[in-house]
Amino acid sequence: MVSGTSTDGSRRVAISGIGIVAPGGVGTKQFWDLLTNGRTATRSISMFDASQFRSRVAAECDFDPVANGLSRREIRMWDRTTQFAVVAAAEAVADSGVLDVLVPERTGVITGTACGMTQSLDSEYAIVSDEGSAWQVDQAHASPYLYDYFLPSSMAAEIAWRTGAEGPVGIVSTGCTSGIDVITHAAELIAEGSADVVIAGASDAAISPITVACFDAIKATTPRNDTPESAARPFDRTRNGFALGEGAAIFVLESVDHARRRGAHVYAEIAGHAARANAYSMTGLRLDGRELAAAITAAMRDARVGPADLDYINAHGSGTKQNDLHETAAYKASLGHVAYQKPISTIKSMIGHSLGAICSLEVAACALAIEHSVIPPTANLHERDPQCDLDYVPLVAREQQVRVALNVASGFGGFQSAVVLTKPGAVAR
Amino acid sequence: MTAPVVTGIGVAAPNGIGTEEYWAAVLRGESGIRRITRFDPTDYTAALAGELIVDPAGRLPGRLVPQTDHMTQAALVVAEQALADAEVVTEDLPEYSAGVVTSASGGGFEFGQRELEALWHKGGKYVSAYQSFAWFYPVNTGQISIRHDLRGPSGAVVSEQAGGLDAVAKARRNLGVGARLMVAGGVDGSLCPWSWVCQLQSGRVSDRSDPKRAYVPFDAEASGWLPGEGGALLVLESPEAAAERDAGHRYGQILGYAATFDPRPGSDRPDGLRRCIELALADARVEPSEVDVVFADAAGVPAADRREAEVLAEVFGARQVPVTAPKTMTGRLLGGGAALDLATALLAMRDSVIPPTVHIDQFDHASLIDLVRTTPREQPLRTALVVARGFPGFNSAMVLRRPA
Repeated sequence: MVSGTSTDGSRRVAISGIGIVAPGGVGTKQFWDLLTNGRTATRSISMFDASQFRSRVAAECDFDPVANGLSRREIRMWDRTTQFAVVAAAEAVADSGVLDVLVPERTGVITGTACGMTQSLDSEYAIVSDEGSAWQVDQAHASPYLYDYFLPSSMAAEIAWRTGAEGPVGIVSTGCTSGIDVITHAAELIAEGSADVVIAGASDAAISPITVACFDAIKATTPRNDTPESAARPFDRTRNGFALGEGAAIFVLESVDHARRRGAHVYAEIAGHAARANAYSMTGLRLDGRELAAAITAAMRDARVGPADLDYINAHGSGTKQNDLHETAAYKASLGHVAYQKPISTIKSMIGHSLGAICSLEVAACALAIEHSVIPPTANLHERDPQCDLDYVPLVAREQQVRVALNVASGFGGFQSAVVLTKPGAVAR
Repeated sequence: MTAPVVTGIGVAAPNGIGTEEYWAAVLRGESGIRRITRFDPTDYTAALAGELIVDPAGRLPGRLVPQTDHMTQAALVVAEQALADAEVVTEDLPEYSAGVVTSASGGGFEFGQRELEALWHKGGKYVSAYQSFAWFYPVNTGQISIRHDLRGPSGAVVSEQAGGLDAVAKARRNLGVGARLMVAGGVDGSLCPWSWVCQLQSGRVSDRSDPKRAYVPFDAEASGWLPGEGGALLVLESPEAAAERDAGHRYGQILGYAATFDPRPGSDRPDGLRRCIELALADARVEPSEVDVVFADAAGVPAADRREAEVLAEVFGARQVPVTAPKTMTGRLLGGGAALDLATALLAMRDSVIPPTVHIDQFDHASLIDLVRTTPREQPLRTALVVARGFPGFNSAMVLRRPA
């Protein structure tokens, strides 16, 4: 008999529902089709006139809020980030079939975001300042929803209200590692017994002039504007930055016991995780990948797996010169020679870098890789970089059983995170 | 769960920068509420706030100043105080054993306003290279981590005014799974015209002009709250780590915590406040009768004040426990407020004195709660409860106990 409690006494955590809004389509099926076909969703920015910017490429979501069931009032009240989160959560909850058995007091909601309501704050600022002409912004032109943009609370609150969750509700933000950290925070709440079910995941919709300008200023985004569909080239010798993306992935997480009692389908278990900080730079990385390696090692220890057990690594793969070296070094440091034998891919090559949301989308890709025994490829990887000499699964998906998957992330602020997912019942704990 | 020990405190508040400066001001009943000076508030519907002016000159390395919002500068000053108070040399700690968790609201908004102005007025290429991280929610965590070489599990949480407790709870969780030391809490508030208008649009900021009568929770004339700037950071250590290095200060232990969320407004279900307090007491294994003082959320919004008074009467019995809200002297500090309440509660237990809730001339809930008003009340305090509520429904509660 398999126990619902791991050997350290804490309760195990299952992913039993997935909901996605991503470039290339709304819904988990469209997301997985895009990834496994190796198609890219990066294109020239269409959401605003980006002609003044260095990087004019992004992976935008073709998202119709009305078609996804939101009312006109909701669309006006909520920033696109909240709209994504609400729609993705609805899919996850429906997918899990958990709604009818949710106990309000035992249900939580934890959402993650890097940029919150940036898009609304950017456009509303332009209105109250009259295109930046006055420091003393004009309250007479202020939206009644500004406070709801000032703080990103609505993305968690609305999911809680729609599902009746009255347990722990909150927002976790750690820049570009938010999408992992939100899931591990939720998993901790379940493991410690503060909730039985937590709806958790991350959303970001920050393709907006201020965001594009920020990344232009530090040359983090790709200026390959003439060929947007192949602009994001992680691990490729010609890589020159990421393509900004947007999207959301929300999960239903529950204790393994809770899932078993109700006969739920389980995609994967959250088997282990760890977070470290590099205490080095708000944006830069030391090329030895030391702290990321420490996070990977600690996450594997937490999951009670070793390097040899890993079947798939979903990489951070932002496609900046620096990141891909940092990350490759971290794999070698944490996995040893085994690193060369592991399939490692990054979906940022296809759906861009949606900042806080992307890691939740990547966790979804890991769960689906476990579910379908397919490893998504790294698109646009044609020219090998001699310093990036691992197996990055170029161009074409691989059919292969995945029992243990690792997802990693590095973020501004120095955050380094790793999470291990396992196929249900695959690893003795 | 392990009950971490608080071994260091750092504070910056509108009525005092530095833990003892702030504490002395609070006991004197000295308020930091005043008309905003950082910009001209004349054209806005409210003009009072708890402003915090921390001059970074001499307090921070010059290179940090151009890359940080004034909120982050204050947070860095407070973190340094807290670690100095704990007398801990972070470089000597085992690798990856110490981290940072802070609570945020809107991030470095004044910095963000400057860069939005550059973008919209002059063009994208005038936006600062620092904007990508100076505005974002975990900026204080990242900068504190870098300055003090803290490389363990770290993060930031956002839950409006409840975030200060949630940050400390997350740090407690990290201590439960192997970290030895955490810097946790919140220093928040980035007043500027743009953040001011965002906050005013909540409709909950008092528009009164008398600094003594604008933010008056539990008062018959309560008219909303006033935003303030500042907060506190605590150094938390596992009891083993604190004992091993024979830490000089033991302000108290984090005994228990819980968080709940309210149903949608208009629901016929009860809100989550009572359950939150009861869960926190249960987590702490403390009976209501053992609680010696409650630091209230004190929203300043009449319906919320009444509800909080009712719940405290239900849990503890009417007027059975002293209640206080010294935040009437600072305003509500968003992500920093509940963290400052934790610090204040620890100092109150240390000195056996309950700080007052000043400015409450027309106390409205005398049948429900025993509110400590006007002057401090001296009495031994062993156990304190801190309550924090965040719009639009966050409830958090934390139980503290002074060292034996």
